[in-house]
Amino acid sequence: MVGIVGYGSYLPRYRIKVDLIAKQWGADPEAIKRGLMLYEKTVPGQDEDTITISVEAARYALQRARIDPQKIGAVYIGSESHPYAVKPSATILIEALGIGPHVHAASYEFACKAGTEAMYVAYSLVKAGEMEYAMGIGSDTSQGAPGDALEYSASAGGSAFIMGKENIVAEILFTNSYTSDTPDFWRREHECYPRHAGRFTGEPAYFKHIYNAGITLLEKSGMQPKDFQFAVFHMPNGKFPQEVGKKLGFTKEQMEVGWISPWMGNTYSGSSPTGLSAVLDAAKAGDKIFMVSFGSGAGSDGFIFKVTNEIDKVRDLAPKLRDMLDNDKIYLDYGQYAKFRKKIILNE
Amino acid sequence: MCNSHFRGSMISPRYHREVPQRYRLEAGKCKQCGHISFPPRLICPKCKSKSFETVKLSRDGKILTFTIIRVAPEKFSKETPYVVAIIELNNDVRLTAQVADCNVNKVAIGDKVKLVFRKIQDEGKSGLHCYGYKAVLG
Amino acid sequence: MKDVAVVGVGMTKFGELWKKSLRDIFVEASLKAIENSGVDHIDSMYVGTMSSGLFVGQEHIGAVMADYLGVAPVPATRVESACASGGAAFRQAYFEIASGQSEIVLAGGVEKMTDGADVTDALATAADQEYEVYNGITFPGLYAMIARAHMHQYKTSREQLAHVAVKNHKNGSMNPNAQFRSPVTLEQVMKSTMVADPLRLLDCSPVSDGGAVVIVCSVDYAKKLKRPYVKIISSVQTSDTIALHNRESLTALKCVSVAAEKAYKQSGLKPSDINFAEVHDCFTIAEIVVTEDLGFFEKGKGGQAAENGSTSINGKIPINTSGGLKSKGHPVGATGIAQIVECYVQLTGNAGERQVKNAKYGLAQNMGGSGASCVIHILEAV
Repeated sequence: MVGIVGYGSYLPRYRIKVDLIAKQWGADPEAIKRGLMLYEKTVPGQDEDTITISVEAARYALQRARIDPQKIGAVYIGSESHPYAVKPSATILIEALGIGPHVHAASYEFACKAGTEAMYVAYSLVKAGEMEYAMGIGSDTSQGAPGDALEYSASAGGSAFIMGKENIVAEILFTNSYTSDTPDFWRREHECYPRHAGRFTGEPAYFKHIYNAGITLLEKSGMQPKDFQFAVFHMPNGKFPQEVGKKLGFTKEQMEVGWISPWMGNTYSGSSPTGLSAVLDAAKAGDKIFMVSFGSGAGSDGFIFKVTNEIDKVRDLAPKLRDMLDNDKIYLDYGQYAKFRKKIILNE
Repeated sequence: MCNSHFRGSMISPRYHREVPQRYRLEAGKCKQCGHISFPPRLICPKCKSKSFETVKLSRDGKILTFTIIRVAPEKFSKETPYVVAIIELNNDVRLTAQVADCNVNKVAIGDKVKLVFRKIQDEGKSGLHCYGYKAVLG
Repeated sequence: MKDVAVVGVGMTKFGELWKKSLRDIFVEASLKAIENSGVDHIDSMYVGTMSSGLFVGQEHIGAVMADYLGVAPVPATRVESACASGGAAFRQAYFEIASGQSEIVLAGGVEKMTDGADVTDALATAADQEYEVYNGITFPGLYAMIARAHMHQYKTSREQLAHVAVKNHKNGSMNPNAQFRSPVTLEQVMKSTMVADPLRLLDCSPVSDGGAVVIVCSVDYAKKLKRPYVKIISSVQTSDTIALHNRESLTALKCVSVAAEKAYKQSGLKPSDINFAEVHDCFTIAEIVVTEDLGFFEKGKGGQAAENGSTSINGKIPINTSGGLKSKGHPVGATGIAQIVECYVQLTGNAGERQVKNAKYGLAQNMGGSGASCVIHILEAV
């Protein structure tokens, strides 16, 4: 039996309302909110980045796992906003948390699914018997081009999962990945902002990959949508996950708890992992969770989890996602947001 | 003539040396008198003994005094106004740190704080990202 | 040990001296001091400067100045103790005379701060680079934290801090060498730009260029020169933790109180015997805390004293008749020597409008960083 032994998330306290972004660029706030089902998003502080977010999330995961950090054999961070182009974010994280130095570390990149990649590889190493524990983290401080549709959703946050074989909180029953060369969204080296192919990001990209990964996962497991208490999908906005969930046969109620994008935005590599974290905060022993991520370029990773009664012991050992999402928020205006996100040209 | 990029820049070895302190709050506890030095030292300032054990500082503390920096050095100039405080941690060790994510006008002596991991500064556009501890209220 | 005297002084104007280089400034002040002292040679020299390297890229200052003053091959040494560099340089000169090693020693201080260096960064090297400055504190920020703690503990008010600035500018307006020669009002101080809460622009000493030099010799030698001289009756230096957060108290400067106690013991005087003092008012709060720690006022009452005129020229204990660092200017390394210059001028009855009546004993207190080093000298009129 292999699965999650500790989990944790971190969201910055700063927010900006979608209304302000719309007003800035002369768009109709109501139309945007209706169309994307997004109301506000998280913004990283000037002193926060993928590494600092990962450290806090991982610290909470360790609090829940209650293991000696030295026993972690691998740490992987998936992001599309690693602070260094060359120097893995995980090297700084392990020093911050007292993990290693006898540890394997790497950065993962696959647009928004880099987090689930990290989780998948961490899980696989433990399953293969290579090590006792491994950690996979999905974390981002994604950047949306000013005035572009993605500016409404690109947000910041991350979640960390420690995989192991003992005291498992959520067993991983099945996994499945589906990948193809689909150029829906990308960023060239040295470019500041990503490019995307508009409506092509929908049907041929997001929906195709999540649907196919999801259907195959169900086939593999021999399970039906109704067997699950929770479903979590990658959340580029509020609308897409509800549509793809419905397509796969899931109900709004099943998706409710993990559907956090309207207030969080799209934390890219942190998206579905953070939805999973919100679900774990609410799940009970025996609950089954269906999760499929999506990363542009493109691919999806699917997981089926089964919650154990260990969840009752760990849930309260660290802050809950919903508390971070709903409380102690600091709202910014567009100017402050632009400054924080370094969208203003400085005299350097 | 003036090597402004040299002054105050985080040259790798100098930065690397302080990582256990800045990232993990590692301090030196005097084996003789119990006084905790942060960062660790070779000689205990209280009893002059030279033997220490490594301890980790508590992350909880309170504000003893603070200021709001409005005119900052170049590195921090885009972050003003920001609060810097002298914080007393629960094991009686004091340190100087920024108080992040706060309304600068709502900070007071006696406020309880927690230390978190944040990026402190950058070594220009192509140098190191430099991390360390900051405080948050609560 | 010989009795030591200061037999001649000189200083440049303090301010933004665009046309003068570090060397020019030092030589100008030296020539004035040498001429005023009547000496025809020097045996040795000490130059206090905090950051010539960071400000103008020049180290090896002893050699540079000996060269430019035309006194090579005499020994010339640069002395550094942050903002107490000048006082520390003076102390070295005192030792060299007291020990009988030399007959005439030049003690000078100089700083050239306006040549385009990042002044904030350079001054911050007086604090703990890794555990204070790294985290974003500035010099004004350190003193602002002391101010806030002092205000919290002793109810020192914002107005009381401002009174220090008002008084010092008033004094400076009577000092031809001062950087700022116009008085300021309480309102101007209270409304000036906030730098680091609660300290405002007019609570802070300025960025300045300037040099000050004194000639030190034995009392016997001074008598032979037949020039006015004053006697050094106490020389003390102390140190304390580099980081403010490691001090015993956040509202007291132990380096000052320990030095003061030694200085009074050495000279056989009490605080009430001192007729005036030049203290290190890098920020208004510094003057308030220092006057308490020098024993002039009860702990916590320094603010009140500034407010009720106790420290004005006609007050109980005139503080900073020169205008202090606030109004006279603060070319860092020069300050400690400039304090001695003012003491000499007062004690020899040459302070004009600023003259303290019947000045017999003057105290100069110079301080480095946020209170990590302190140099105190007490001088006596003869």
